[in-house]
Amino acid sequence: MKTIYMDNNATTQVATEVLEAMLPFLTDRYGNPSSAYLFGGQVARNIRDAREQTAAILGAFPEEIIFTSCGSESDNTAIMSALNTGKDKMHIVTSRVEHPAVKVLCNELTKQGYRVTEIPVDKEGRLDMDRYKESLTPDTAIVSLMWANNETGVIFPVERAAQMARDRGILFHTDAVQAVGKIPIDLQNSAIDMLSISGHKLHAPKGIGVLYVRKGTKFSPFLIGGHQERGRRGGTENTASIIALGKACELAANRMEEENTKVKALRDKLERELLRQIPNSRVNGGGSERLPNTTNISFESIEGESILLLMDEFGICASSGSACTSGSLQPSHVLRAMGVPFTMAHGSVRFSLSVYNTEDEVDFVIDKIPPIIARLRELSPFWRQEGQVC
Amino acid sequence: MWEYTDKVKEHFLNPRNAGEVEDANAVGEVGSMACGDALKLTLKVTDEGTIEDAKFQTFGCASAIASASALTELLKGKSLKEAEKVTNQEIADYLGGLPKEKMHCSVLGHQALEAALSNYKGEAPKEQEGEIVCECFGVTDVEIEKAIRENSLSSVEEVTNYTKAGGGCETCHDTIRELIAKVRDEEAPAKRPKLSNIRKIKMIEETLEREIRPSLQQDGGDIELIDVIGNRVLVATRGACAVCKASELTLTHLVEKTLREMVWPELVVEEVTE
Repeated sequence: MKTIYMDNNATTQVATEVLEAMLPFLTDRYGNPSSAYLFGGQVARNIRDAREQTAAILGAFPEEIIFTSCGSESDNTAIMSALNTGKDKMHIVTSRVEHPAVKVLCNELTKQGYRVTEIPVDKEGRLDMDRYKESLTPDTAIVSLMWANNETGVIFPVERAAQMARDRGILFHTDAVQAVGKIPIDLQNSAIDMLSISGHKLHAPKGIGVLYVRKGTKFSPFLIGGHQERGRRGGTENTASIIALGKACELAANRMEEENTKVKALRDKLERELLRQIPNSRVNGGGSERLPNTTNISFESIEGESILLLMDEFGICASSGSACTSGSLQPSHVLRAMGVPFTMAHGSVRFSLSVYNTEDEVDFVIDKIPPIIARLRELSPFWRQEGQVC
Repeated sequence: MWEYTDKVKEHFLNPRNAGEVEDANAVGEVGSMACGDALKLTLKVTDEGTIEDAKFQTFGCASAIASASALTELLKGKSLKEAEKVTNQEIADYLGGLPKEKMHCSVLGHQALEAALSNYKGEAPKEQEGEIVCECFGVTDVEIEKAIRENSLSSVEEVTNYTKAGGGCETCHDTIRELIAKVRDEEAPAKRPKLSNIRKIKMIEETLEREIRPSLQQDGGDIELIDVIGNRVLVATRGACAVCKASELTLTHLVEKTLREMVWPELVVEEVTE
């Protein structure tokens, strides 16, 4: 059975070009970039190139790029660095819909005496900018707001938010894991101080991330050890993955237009057709500015895990914000923050596409989903034939 | 992804008895949309008290659907008396087991059965019994205690897996811990072996003789049992032990540990001087 992969916000396929670029560093070119001899020194040059490629997609300087192991490490490093260098400031501003790498860390920090303000979002997932403005205080050490939401694709106005933070002398970090490669980023002309990337969300392998730290920003390393990354992140370089990420960034920059035309058209078709064919369904965050590849659709009166498992019978891969799939007993914190009613939140499915998806695949999914929804609704005590919820 | 048995998957993909029994005379509805799963069980019971037909409607995940399907299969053809004895564990067993985090699906099935049976008897739908402990999922202390008792649960995590209680904001975790302790205390006396004072003294003497004396005598010491008052074991040390500064340590660590293990877990050893 063919796999129809529409879960690219979870992880992505490694691009062929990326794999080709990294392979030599897993075979013949295994030298340590820190070594004195040419066999190692040459690898250092490749890393330098990868750093330039990575900086380019962000509009950053190469020396502002720190390679890490993943997006979560980057997020943790950014926030902990701001707190460690922020004198006695004890306040953090973030949102209610952040990724666990930020959200859970902030929860932990409250136990250590830090104060955390989680800015709410409206029913479309948009950040409450008035509340945000009010939340910034002289005691605020850092703001951490995601650029684009992994579950809904809703884009936050981070550049405006960053400027507001800068005006008050507050550091600004953004988790841009879902945004990079999908929306243009130009850090030289922004007030963002720190930014996180994850390689495996843009067709590089898992296990590589980036933290961008603006020149001149006070920084305190998270992983202490060797002189690697100019002393800002100890540990021998993950050479092959760094090369892979560099290549992936170069590819992503070239494909950004395709993401916003071809991929967006496929996403729009999928969304339009599913909503047209399936009554009592809606797009979560549909009224907001969103990533071109993501759609989060709720089907009323049924439960997400059941939908996913029936989709799996056809090889269709997607995610759900239902309780059973969130690993907890409550539906996604993002949908709850948006005030999505329970009747809708449990039955949410996120489709996230990539440049590798085809129109045939989208048509196949459009063909298979409506009967799946009808079948589960038939089983549901909350569903009535006339399409009304009791 | 949850690891479901083939039987769970099979019942999820091909649910038995989905729908509503048209002329049902026993209906049980449990769960809610907010909780993430709900089950409506409809039964047709004959005048002789046999369950002739059983159907279900489920809102929930794959294991909730499979559990309801399994429940209807278990019930069909059973007498009401037999049906009363069906437990949530039986539903899980029928499916070759459920992931522990999903045991609440079998509990939901059992609750629907109880509701349907009391509906058949003409009892009004049960008023909420007890106090709500878990606000997030509306679970009462009575329900939690029942689950702890019937499934021998011993941790908050297990209680959450079976009842969902504590799976949301987590503020009720302390209360759940208290309920676990309460049920354990209720059950504890029945499980403890009866031990008369005479038997206790005899066992202490035997244990001292067998387990402790030999090692003390090796070092030129000895121990004598003076008296046993309740759980207090009064002993005196002789020879090398009596003048040894480490004797107190020897007594608490070695003697008490051994006696607690071999005789009674609450014994306290005290040294008496003459």
